Amino acid sequence: MKNKTENMDQKFILLHTKDNTITALRDLSEGDALTIEDEGKREQIILRENVAYAHKAARNYISKGADVFKYGEVIGIATDNIEPGNHVHVHNVDSKRAKKDGS
Amino acid sequence: MNFSQKTFMGYKRPDGQVGVRNYLGVLSTVTCANQAAEDIARHVTDTAVFTHQQGCGLLKNDLDMVERTLINLGRNPNLGAVLVVSLGCEGVDAGKIAKQIAESGKPVETVTIQKEGGYFKALQEAGLKAQKLAGGISHLQREQIDIHHLRLGIKCGASDPTSGLSANPAVGKAVDYLIEAGGSAVFGETTEVVGAEHILSLRCKDKATAEKFLDFVRILEERVKQSGADMRGGNPSEGNIAAGLTTIEEKSLGAMVKTGSMPIQDVFQYGERPPAGKGLFFVDSPGREPEILAALAAAGCQIILFSTGIGAPQGFPFVPVVKICGNRKTVEKLVDFIDLDVSQVILGGETLADAGKRALEFPLAVASGNKTKAETIGYCGSTAIYQTGPIV
Repeated sequence: MKNKTENMDQKFILLHTKDNTITALRDLSEGDALTIEDEGKREQIILRENVAYAHKAARNYISKGADVFKYGEVIGIATDNIEPGNHVHVHNVDSKRAKKDGS
Repeated sequence: MNFSQKTFMGYKRPDGQVGVRNYLGVLSTVTCANQAAEDIARHVTDTAVFTHQQGCGLLKNDLDMVERTLINLGRNPNLGAVLVVSLGCEGVDAGKIAKQIAESGKPVETVTIQKEGGYFKALQEAGLKAQKLAGGISHLQREQIDIHHLRLGIKCGASDPTSGLSANPAVGKAVDYLIEAGGSAVFGETTEVVGAEHILSLRCKDKATAEKFLDFVRILEERVKQSGADMRGGNPSEGNIAAGLTTIEEKSLGAMVKTGSMPIQDVFQYGERPPAGKGLFFVDSPGREPEILAALAAAGCQIILFSTGIGAPQGFPFVPVVKICGNRKTVEKLVDFIDLDVSQVILGGETLADAGKRALEFPLAVASGNKTKAETIGYCGSTAIYQTGPIV
């Protein structure tokens, strides 16, 4: 975790520089502008829908079938195209692991 | 964050380990000796008593596990001396346990209740032995010790959404800083690994270690399946999903982020002790507190860093357990259990890097003698050793 991905805004947290999601640290609303600082670079996303505390929003465009990252690791696969600022959750992400065959 | 020049004040032991406490350990070998062990410890100062419900009526695998756990608990450097309290007819070999603890060079005595001739005679014999042992280590002084002698155990429990966003990542940073400075850390909770085992296996130092690690996870899942449950099926739960957790990977990673980012040097069975030296180690264990705290103590950890959201109370008789919490409400409500507040990561004002720095500075102060909340109130009596088979 050698990232410098901290934000002092504290509406949300980017847990790792590799992540294409951020996590809300309070209830956020559609239209909220989030400034993400990652290794000295600033980027902005506008939330396209409400994102509740501890839920995730897309930081980048995530195409259907692409890996979804949090903690710098793959937490699942996108089941739909996800725009920056979209809520990222069970409606557009599937586990790669929790299949019945256990693999 | 460079901690390599940091030191703490600890007790040097004959085998090269360093204690952060200096107790006479009173170890019960079997459930039937627990009461005598507790009664003896009550009469002698500076003792720490460890009791459990095992030691007899178990199959061979479990008896072996209990034996090696007791041996390695006795070898924990926070114990300056050990009194083994045995019934006499138990399944585990009390003589072997005492002998192997003594190989570490610390003074060890044994009292066998059936041999002494009952409770009162055993109590007298044990009391005199305990008094002598405790007196014999009372002159030991703390010395300045390099940070690389510190081994932290890592555990999370009574988690909530703050755990994966503040306390666990802060602990992960602390673990990285400690290992960069030459220290070591041990994690377990095989049950929490399920769902992220493929990711963690990539952090194992080589393929053989990764295979061993994945075997532990497979064996646990098989055992759970044999009992008719499925660890992946119900995860994440409806409650987890409502709280924002999308997949089992995410849930497991939220717990495993507390292990930091360093390679996993080696993996061990429950009750084993990883060798001295730098790096991150895994010990196969359940997630339940009494069993894993004992596993981390047996693994040679001098301090356990325990992250919590809702607020877990557990301590351990001779290993300080530091509670770190990212939920401000819990910090305020459970003021007598929570040692370290990292809620500023969530509420604003502190970076994870800074919270991680405090998450290592705090245990370093505890290593030098600062008491944890659980230590000050003696909330450390809920102890156990794991078993995998039936009780017979």
